Amino acid sequence: MTTTQPRPKLTISQKLTHTRVITKRNLLRNVRIPQLLVFATIQPVMFLILFNYVFGGAITQGGPAAAVGDYINWLIPGILVQSAVFGSTQTAVGLTEDLRAGVIDRFRSLPMARSAVLTGRTNADTTRNLWVLGLMLAVGYLIGWRFGQGFLRVALAVLLVLFFAYAMSWVMACMGLAIKDTEAVQVAGFLPIFPLVFASSVFVPTDTMPDWLQAFAENQPITIISNAVRSLMLPEQAVEFIGFNQSELIWQSLAWTAGIILVFAPLAIRLYRRISD
Amino acid sequence: MLAVQTHEITKHFGEVRALDGVSLQFEQGIVYGLLGPNGAGKTTLIRILATLSRSTSGTARVAGIDVVDDPMAVRNRIGLGGQFAAVDDYQTGRENVEMVGRLYNLSANESRKRADEVLERIRLTDAADRPVKTYSGGMKRRLDLAASMIGRPEILFLDEPTTGVDPGSRLDLWDLIEDLVEAGTTLLLTTQYLDEADRLADRIGVIDHGKLIAEGTSTELKNRLGGDVVEIHALDGDIDSSAAVLTPIAGEEPVIQGQSLTIPALRGVDTLTQVVRGLDEAGIRPEDIALRKPTLDDVFLALTGRVAEGEDAEARPTGPRGRRGGR
Repeated sequence: MTTTQPRPKLTISQKLTHTRVITKRNLLRNVRIPQLLVFATIQPVMFLILFNYVFGGAITQGGPAAAVGDYINWLIPGILVQSAVFGSTQTAVGLTEDLRAGVIDRFRSLPMARSAVLTGRTNADTTRNLWVLGLMLAVGYLIGWRFGQGFLRVALAVLLVLFFAYAMSWVMACMGLAIKDTEAVQVAGFLPIFPLVFASSVFVPTDTMPDWLQAFAENQPITIISNAVRSLMLPEQAVEFIGFNQSELIWQSLAWTAGIILVFAPLAIRLYRRISD
Repeated sequence: MLAVQTHEITKHFGEVRALDGVSLQFEQGIVYGLLGPNGAGKTTLIRILATLSRSTSGTARVAGIDVVDDPMAVRNRIGLGGQFAAVDDYQTGRENVEMVGRLYNLSANESRKRADEVLERIRLTDAADRPVKTYSGGMKRRLDLAASMIGRPEILFLDEPTTGVDPGSRLDLWDLIEDLVEAGTTLLLTTQYLDEADRLADRIGVIDHGKLIAEGTSTELKNRLGGDVVEIHALDGDIDSSAAVLTPIAGEEPVIQGQSLTIPALRGVDTLTQVVRGLDEAGIRPEDIALRKPTLDDVFLALTGRVAEGEDAEARPTGPRGRRGGR
């Protein structure tokens, strides 16, 4: 017996609908379980306040950070990147929870675009990141952070961070699909993140680090994105004094981000297709 | 047309042979019950038929379509409901069902209309706008069933639909499943409960250790035992001595399950009389004694030498994660 019907192919608009439906479902979870959003919000704000008041005084004693005046102006761009990267681990957590609940099995039995489960997840996580970033900027403003180059540059900087967060969500999607266990992935997700975030310019300038560490710190994406954001947020004299090349940093950031997506998005979709074999 | 047709399906997980050459087929419009203990391979087979997993070898067709060749066409024609009630706690019942409708490529309007219909049919209309976290376990199962039906599937797969629910909800679910079947849906149901297969299935396949070991209607399977059985419930200390009485009467050792001993009643009421007399002469007073029709329990025991419900689902520690790892 053979089939005579033509194979049903999903149209682009159907695929977009599926992505939208899944995105909405994932966002709804943040709204309906307010604890999730509250804790996702409290942690970065706490980091911001702690780092500002604990390290602030010591760090602005000299070097590039001193050039920006208050430490908060150095810290805000870095901590936006840090929060976005930490937030991306939620992509892995969300996927493993759906796997455990059997929701992924249901989705995989439906005539829907397989990629929608993943794009819907990363879209929702990026949207939640936008909320967190907005809140960080608001709290930062309250404790002394100021725009150095006007609102549009800040908006551009936020977009850069969001785009990078989106890329990191795909990395975390791969980890979630490979590890499949919520508790394990919560620990594992932070393993690559901690060295990347701390051995970077997120909290302090890299020039006091030992040479070998500096070589790593200065060439890894989190430093590059943080500095790109700084080049858009600090007053122009400070940018010039530190020696940030704005356009070069922005292009490098975009290249890193696009590169990460190009590698990890197809990998995640492949892992998803093979999840039960 | 054949609803499901598998040919020599095998599925290996490393060294473990979850399925070891299963060939079965059944036509549209019937309820096929796949009966077997936990770990027999039921879920693995459903996952292959529902395009969630690939077989190691062999072929499978659903509604005439090869599941590997054109999985999307298969997904268009099936509904999958399961033992884990994959519904979102934080969405309302209606939102859950409508979401699945949209993913079946129904328009927003159609989804809404169809959701009303299936929620009505599944008797959840009153609770439809409450978040699922307020639902009971039985209600979640019903919602899961509603979600699996919204796309008007030609063939519905229900993987252990009543495992782990309380007895009252179980009866409700049976009623609902019977309604569905009257409406003409073809159903492949897996269960480890013999009474469930007995009540719902037109045809039963008994699966154990990844092999289909018997197939037929419930009556056919029972007839394999050749008639009635005598069952006694012995007091604690009397099991061995009772067995000693029963063995010469039956010409074989009785089947012992806990305190119950069963032998075939080869001569009907006469066998019963013999047993009563024999026990009396040996000075044994059983708690209970009866001549009864064989149940599927007896069939399973005769086929596998094991009690079907011995390894119950509730005894499993980790639910779906355990299944994913092991199966």
